[in-house]
Amino acid sequence: MAEESKQERKVCLRGTNLTKRFGFGRSQMVAVDHVDFQFYESEIISIVGESGSGKTTLAKMLLGLISSSDGDIYFQEQKRDIRSQKKKKEYWKNIQAIFQDPFSSYNTFIKIDEVLLDCINMRGGKKLPHAKKVELMTEACSFVNLKFAELTNKYPFELSGGQMQRLMIARIFLLKPKILIADEPTSMIDACSRATILDMLLALRKETGMTLIFITHDIGLAYFVSDSVYIMERGKFVESGTADSVILHAKEAYTKRLINDVPKIHEEWDLSTV
Amino acid sequence: MNNTIKQVFRSPKFLVGFIIFSMILLTAVIYPVIVRDPPLAILGQGTFFEPGVYVSTFDTFQAKRYKLDLEDAATKRIAARLGPQERQDLKAWLVTAGVPEASIDTSDTTALMDLWVNTYDPAKSEGMTSAKRNYYERLDLSLKGILGTEGVIIATTNAETGLLEESDSFARDDFVNLNQIPVVRVLPLGTDNFGRDMLTELIAATRTSLLIGFVAGIVATSIGLILGLMAGYIGGIVDDFIMFVTNLFTVIPSFVLLILISFSIGQESRGAFTIAVVIGLTSWVWTTRAVRAQVFSLRNRDHVNLSKLSGHSIFRIMLKDILPYIASYVVMALILQISSGILAEAALSILGLGPKTTEVPTLGLMMNWAMIYSAHVTGKWWAYIPVLVDIALVSFSMNLMNTGLDQVFNPALRE
Repeated sequence: MAEESKQERKVCLRGTNLTKRFGFGRSQMVAVDHVDFQFYESEIISIVGESGSGKTTLAKMLLGLISSSDGDIYFQEQKRDIRSQKKKKEYWKNIQAIFQDPFSSYNTFIKIDEVLLDCINMRGGKKLPHAKKVELMTEACSFVNLKFAELTNKYPFELSGGQMQRLMIARIFLLKPKILIADEPTSMIDACSRATILDMLLALRKETGMTLIFITHDIGLAYFVSDSVYIMERGKFVESGTADSVILHAKEAYTKRLINDVPKIHEEWDLSTV
Repeated sequence: MNNTIKQVFRSPKFLVGFIIFSMILLTAVIYPVIVRDPPLAILGQGTFFEPGVYVSTFDTFQAKRYKLDLEDAATKRIAARLGPQERQDLKAWLVTAGVPEASIDTSDTTALMDLWVNTYDPAKSEGMTSAKRNYYERLDLSLKGILGTEGVIIATTNAETGLLEESDSFARDDFVNLNQIPVVRVLPLGTDNFGRDMLTELIAATRTSLLIGFVAGIVATSIGLILGLMAGYIGGIVDDFIMFVTNLFTVIPSFVLLILISFSIGQESRGAFTIAVVIGLTSWVWTTRAVRAQVFSLRNRDHVNLSKLSGHSIFRIMLKDILPYIASYVVMALILQISSGILAEAALSILGLGPKTTEVPTLGLMMNWAMIYSAHVTGKWWAYIPVLVDIALVSFSMNLMNTGLDQVFNPALRE
């Protein structure tokens, strides 16, 4: 970290005036409302907001899964161009995601091997000998404490939720993207596995130096892991800055409410703000 | 996959439908291998022969004769000669001759005959028209002929003299063994209006109709599937265009379209295959709409997003990430399309717009022929009832399979 701070920090992903509108006329609703942001390389960012605040829509726009209604996204200071399938594929080598619900993230009809092989192929390892591919997959699985020998020839639905999410991280391990968007990666998982998943994500970031974008409603988690925090309310960033400045010295009422909503064991939980 | 198939066969509805359908299919496949008669060969010199066993008269003359003493032979012969109408006529005469009505039992042939032989006297026929009197005299004569004991003489013309000479004679107690007669033809369902064997024709027709159904079903389902996938997954202007065309076809009743197309093709070039394709081309609409709706709900799922992020092409995503999820639905749609294809062919043929009549029989064409030759008016039930039952069984079994599949794949319908 000390070394990095000496260097000029490079902007990895930048958005200006980014907007997404759904519907037309009177039924139109603005999910993401003219947001600006700057994500630096190797930074951990958290985008915090309650349900329906537009976090996931923003994530999908960043991933290029849905188009934006307005505004631009710059990837490594270049305007993002994903108009053709080929360019999209190139972009997706750099940005990947982990979704909220591991149970619906996998195609039920495709075996685990194929999921991992796809990643190797995407990294240009299509022509590698089979033994080398197996070695890579085994390495990826052992990084997330899974045994490839036990997973091979199985279908994703044969795994538990925690295992599925770990497999998702193994996928990222193989892909080594520059940016990873983790859309509430732990919200569908029990508390014990949650810490493991977070540890693995952080370890992976340490190893690859990728930018990690957490999408979450859990401000505690955001404070615990992030360098910078963006607070999102009804499609707008109401507050942003370093984790300390935003959470310890919250200015906005919305942020304060989010902080109060974190259940604390030794205090009475204030439900009046909900 | 294996598990799914097991589950499907555990559904009783599917199983019953499947058994009926495979029996029909097996018959259609195996029967032509065993009975090699061409299905459209004309056997009978006449229309609508009743179902039964047909024995060559000539062969019975030639066959070895056996003497059998059967007591009820005469009674049976009279019973065959006395139809319900004749019995009523006998009773009417007896009543006018003064016999009490209560003592006449028309169902007891022996008693009725005894009464008739003892009472009948042409002189008692007073007050009747002469036509009626003559009728009773003729009836009496033919009944006496049956009651007699003399045989029948077979005479042949002498080529030289031109006179008839006795060549053979039969006594009443002469019998032949059916097994020794070389030429016997069983017509289990009789013949149709052209004198063709109904059973052979019906099985060939089932085969053609099933083929028409399959071709129509596959054409309709493929078009529906491809358009539905494209509209649902690609969306945007592609969706708008496909839905525009689909709505256009929805608004025009497809059967009217089918009639118009069949008519414009012309009788000469309307083969069974052409008709099948035309049926398929007019019935893809609802498959498209249903597939589109299903794909719409699938395309934003996370596994599709993940597949996109893995850099897969649109084609691959449709094939591997969307199609397997709607496969059960598509199979059900296919089964329904096949069944409705068969029905559409039948309906079209009834109107005289089916495949041309000279090449192959179809279930619809058989109905059409039976109708044109007024089999339903003259009571020739064997010309249309078996066809009706066949059509009903085919579409019933398919719908049953469909319901069974629906119950397996649609959790809301599980009992």
